[in-house]
Amino acid sequence: MKNRIFALSLAVLMVLAFAAPSLAQVTIEYWQYYYESKVKLIDELIKVFEEQNPGIKVEHITFPYDSFNEQVAAAVAAGQGPDVLNIFYGWLPMYLKEGFLQPLPEEYFSVEEIENRFIPMVNAVKVDGRYWALPTAVRSLALFYNVDHFKEEGFDGPPATWDELLEMAIKLTRRTDRGALVRSGYGWNVTGQDWHLFREVLLRQWGVAPLSEDNRTVTMNSDPAAYEVMEWWIDWSRKYGVGEEEGRGLYRDTFLAGRASMIVDGSFGIGTISANPNLNWAVAELPVKEIGGEKANFGSFWAHAITRNATGEKLEAAAKFLEFITSDEVQRVWLERVGELPASRELAQDPELRNDPVYGPFVRGLEYSHATFFVDEQKERELIIDAVDKVLLLNAPVKDTLDQLVEDLQKVRDEYFNSL
Amino acid sequence: MLRRQKRLTLRQQQERWAFAFMGIPLLFFAFIRFYPALYAFNISLRNWSMLAAERPFVGLQNYRDIFADEVFWIALKNTFTYALVGVPLQIIIGLGIALMLYNIKRLVPFFRALYFVPYVTSVVAVAWVWRFMYQPHIGIFNRILLDLGFEQIQFLRNPDTALFSILAMIIWHGVGFQIVLFLAGLEMIPDTFYEAAQIDGANSRQIFFRITLPLLNPTIVFVVVMSSIRYLQVFSEVMNMSNEGLGGPLNSTISTVLHIYRTAFHRFDMGRASAMTVVLFVIVLVITMIQMKLVTRKFEY
Repeated sequence: MKNRIFALSLAVLMVLAFAAPSLAQVTIEYWQYYYESKVKLIDELIKVFEEQNPGIKVEHITFPYDSFNEQVAAAVAAGQGPDVLNIFYGWLPMYLKEGFLQPLPEEYFSVEEIENRFIPMVNAVKVDGRYWALPTAVRSLALFYNVDHFKEEGFDGPPATWDELLEMAIKLTRRTDRGALVRSGYGWNVTGQDWHLFREVLLRQWGVAPLSEDNRTVTMNSDPAAYEVMEWWIDWSRKYGVGEEEGRGLYRDTFLAGRASMIVDGSFGIGTISANPNLNWAVAELPVKEIGGEKANFGSFWAHAITRNATGEKLEAAAKFLEFITSDEVQRVWLERVGELPASRELAQDPELRNDPVYGPFVRGLEYSHATFFVDEQKERELIIDAVDKVLLLNAPVKDTLDQLVEDLQKVRDEYFNSL
Repeated sequence: MLRRQKRLTLRQQQERWAFAFMGIPLLFFAFIRFYPALYAFNISLRNWSMLAAERPFVGLQNYRDIFADEVFWIALKNTFTYALVGVPLQIIIGLGIALMLYNIKRLVPFFRALYFVPYVTSVVAVAWVWRFMYQPHIGIFNRILLDLGFEQIQFLRNPDTALFSILAMIIWHGVGFQIVLFLAGLEMIPDTFYEAAQIDGANSRQIFFRITLPLLNPTIVFVVVMSSIRYLQVFSEVMNMSNEGLGGPLNSTISTVLHIYRTAFHRFDMGRASAMTVVLFVIVLVITMIQMKLVTRKFEY
């Protein structure tokens, strides 16, 4: 009997001895796609965070950007997956629908506090009155132009209106005798950033809101001006020939190669473009319909979300980590090291940043940025590309095409909201 | 009487070993190929999202969904276009080149290798090279067209030409393999038949249609079946040659397998993707069976 008690207590002691360190230590997994400057910075930030929170270990897992969603899905299907996932905000609803994410814990992130601290476009990840993710940094669009090309044509500054932009683009375009495009005045595209430009900038400036207030109804054709601006925008390529669709990502490459004089690109393009010392370039705020008219911009961001894997202590650790990597201090470092714009209201007001020749136009653009509430970003993008292709390649009438597009987009939206 | 141990004959022993060796690949096939393939039937009856925790049984809902999906029908139509145009064209070209190679005496191994090189080259690499060749302004095809004074063609950007532009590459890529098969088939036909026919005064047309073609029948059956299956499952070429692998422009090049891939790995909808896989499986099965029946005719020497 005595022996048995002894053996039992020994066993208990041993269990405690081995369990104790693991009780004190919580490990969470943070996943993001591989982007060198981000990965390096997060590695350093994790070290700082772990020093501040001795009980928490953060494992940083990265994977290639290509096939982001496939990678995550495959890992989740195999019973693995992150506690905190860095995800494009436009994909969030799809992940929400699958029940893969949980709302940010109220104790750490109250809705009121988030809305006081972050710029308004962050509300694209507010669903059912709760926030499901938060960004460290945000992006907006601006007009990049080739200063040498401008000088050559005697232009002394960027266009202020879209009419001006088109006029300048026509003059900047170069073709061979046989009509082959040598240089685009404007790197026209749908697959790059210009599908956002059409939806969130041109339509809005022409007085058409692309979505209803509650994001449930597609209103892209709610005003005849929509047809007019869509046709005119497609005509930049079709009729005026200032540029051609070259395939995803190539609009930036043509600009880098000096084969396009202007492009609309996101702040995420700054890094690649500034890495070309031979290119003489500058950035300007996006043009408007007419001087003094409405300004509009498209904002987007990658956000950190907490998955259903994080429960109990892990959830608490995940929340602490999220609080840390979205703090103003980290946002400031992020801007310096990664070159992405801060998501905090206060930092976005920083006068030095607002007057920066490169970041300034983007930061000022944040004020009037709209982050589209996508329910299925990939599908919606494909539908818009197809609609523009119908007009461009098959000469389909703009009115029917846009009406059909709105119907198709609405179907995607209905399917999503009905499945919740 | 003593119990005598039953001894296996030599033949039985050999068989036993044969089965033992066959068992390994058989197991491999059973678990790696057949089991997942059969499992697709199960998935196709469920609302199976890759990310969701629950995978409820929904009966035939996925099948109803895919038959109501416009793109699925477009993908099927495109797939049949690939097969119905590609298979005969590839066989005619393959047989034509094989006949020419069969009739020349010198440099045959060289030519054979030349035609076979594309087949052993990675589809992805070949697809991208062709994609560059089709480029407007800078692609070789359009440079030639422009130099000859023609308008350039937006090979891969035009919904009317995109599918056939991809098809041309598939044929070019696969024809070498068929040439080798046809050459082997031609070698099998005894020379005495040709000699006898020539003595009887048959012309070359008669020789081709009365001797060569019927005796090549087994090879043709094999080639038709294999290439039909390959064309019905076309994927990598479209994935790599259409913009972003979407099967565009305007779904003009999307194949069934590409649509399945996108449904499964972009939309995470394994249920619908599996339902489409089952439909494609049935189609391939039926077509293969019909071909076996139709093309396998008995012939006599």
